[in-house]
Amino acid sequence: MKKIEAIIRHFKLEDVKTALTEAGALGMTITEVRGFGRQKGHKEQYRGAEYTVDFMPKAKMEIVVADDELDAIVKLIVDSARTGQVGDGKIFITDLTDVLRIRTGETGAEAL
Amino acid sequence: MNRIAALVVCTVLSCLSPSLLDAGIEETVSPQSADVAVPLPQIDAAHTTWMLVSSALVLMMTAPGLALFYGGLVRKKNILGVMMQCIFLMGVMSVVWALWGFSLAFGTDVLGGFVGGNDYFLMDGLLMQLYEGEPAAPVWGETGVPAMIFMVFQGMFFIITPALICGAYAERMKFSSMVLFSVLWGTVVYCPLAHWVWSDNGWLFTGKYEAYDFAGGTVVHISSGVSALLCAILLGPRIGFGSEPMPPHNLTYTCIGTALLWVGWFGFNAGSAVGANSAAANAFVATHLAAAAGVVAWAGMEWLTRGKPSVLGACSGAVAGLVCITPACGVVNPLSGILLGLSAGVFCFYACTTLKSKFGYDDSLDAFGVHGMGGALGALLTGVFASSSVGGAGVSGLMDGNVDQFLNQVISVVAATVWALVGSLVLLKVVDAMLGLRVSEDQEIQGLDLSQHGEEGYIFL
Repeated sequence: MKKIEAIIRHFKLEDVKTALTEAGALGMTITEVRGFGRQKGHKEQYRGAEYTVDFMPKAKMEIVVADDELDAIVKLIVDSARTGQVGDGKIFITDLTDVLRIRTGETGAEAL
Repeated sequence: MNRIAALVVCTVLSCLSPSLLDAGIEETVSPQSADVAVPLPQIDAAHTTWMLVSSALVLMMTAPGLALFYGGLVRKKNILGVMMQCIFLMGVMSVVWALWGFSLAFGTDVLGGFVGGNDYFLMDGLLMQLYEGEPAAPVWGETGVPAMIFMVFQGMFFIITPALICGAYAERMKFSSMVLFSVLWGTVVYCPLAHWVWSDNGWLFTGKYEAYDFAGGTVVHISSGVSALLCAILLGPRIGFGSEPMPPHNLTYTCIGTALLWVGWFGFNAGSAVGANSAAANAFVATHLAAAAGVVAWAGMEWLTRGKPSVLGACSGAVAGLVCITPACGVVNPLSGILLGLSAGVFCFYACTTLKSKFGYDDSLDAFGVHGMGGALGALLTGVFASSSVGGAGVSGLMDGNVDQFLNQVISVVAATVWALVGSLVLLKVVDAMLGLRVSEDQEIQGLDLSQHGEEGYIFL
């Protein structure tokens, strides 16, 4: 099993979710996050006091998939989240040791 | 610490000894003496209605108006600290005003006209009483308005004035010190100043040095503004000021607060006519147009100099315009009001940006930049645009060639500034010695909500 963490633009969230659910995804988790990469921040002014905001708001989507589904799911995310501009985000993939469904106690692929 | 505060309250209360009160009653013709046939007070329904509404409007300026305006500008760990300063001042200042503040401001001269006497201590002479068996409220002078409504209307000014100072020491002043300072400041600084400017024979109200201050440019805005500057300097900047970002945590609050202040200001200014009459109408319209022009001017300045008009700039401009028209709205017409609003927008924009950054004081929410500078500008411009067609025969300003009136306005600005600075300096030193002014470094970093009140403003579960 793999865990996919995709940092994406807020306004692409709905597109990505739709693409994944249409492909059969049964669940995902979303968090509001802030950070920076290549995309530069912006300046804000309040009564003359100027602040540089480096941490840009993004959405982080976490989804766990079986190994054989990984490539297809990642391609779906990339296709639906891409605008071609700096700031589209990143995808991190990690090996996942186990998953456990609290209600039934099922583990592994059964619990997905 | 609590004992000291209690001691101060007891000392002040002990001044209200019955012997003093009796002396006050003997000197004035009191309708309480049942033997004399005193006619029922003639209450004017229209005037009284407007003053009831105005009093409520002015209270709304402190909270939610100012509470939201200031609350949105601080960091989120201090939102309750600001709200509590406003709400608690609504409590404590109201009680102080009813017990002795009103009397010190509007009582008959004592100490050579320096301050009012004890005629109205404990609301003496203001409360309902029997007139040949009929209960009725005594009327304030010739106004046709119950005296206690005049008292409570003026009390709303007494609440908001120290609340305005909160903007300077926001996010770092100890709550107990804030309360003690505000009570002392109201008693020692505000009451004498209000007496000079508004009591029947105040030295700035009538006579050689008569200055026009219709609704509180000197009493409310200059006094709070310059005291605020002193607070900012004596308390020192917030930890991280200039190095850490301290952007407003919720400008939507500030926007709502601005709108509430704007509406409340109709009571503040048009209510100062103490009646539903032409003066109230003129004050209402002049007030509205000055605020409107302030929005355009401040946001316009940002647009020209920085490329974008900001929401905070528009809000600040409205308040600057309102501050500036406050002393003037009883003697200038609404067209001049537009000029005052425009001037205030531009002038206060520079005071809050260029002036503040040049001197580096941490007037956190620009209480001095908006109220001190805007108030002084308003008092001076009142002496420029004052017109007999609004203020009545004998009223004129620099535009009509009346240099003396302009000089009187300058004198009133200087008097209010010096008095507020000296009074605040002494009181801040006293409070500092008794309680200390600032919270500890740990408490400041933690935020006033938790460290002073044991609560958090935002809990989402």
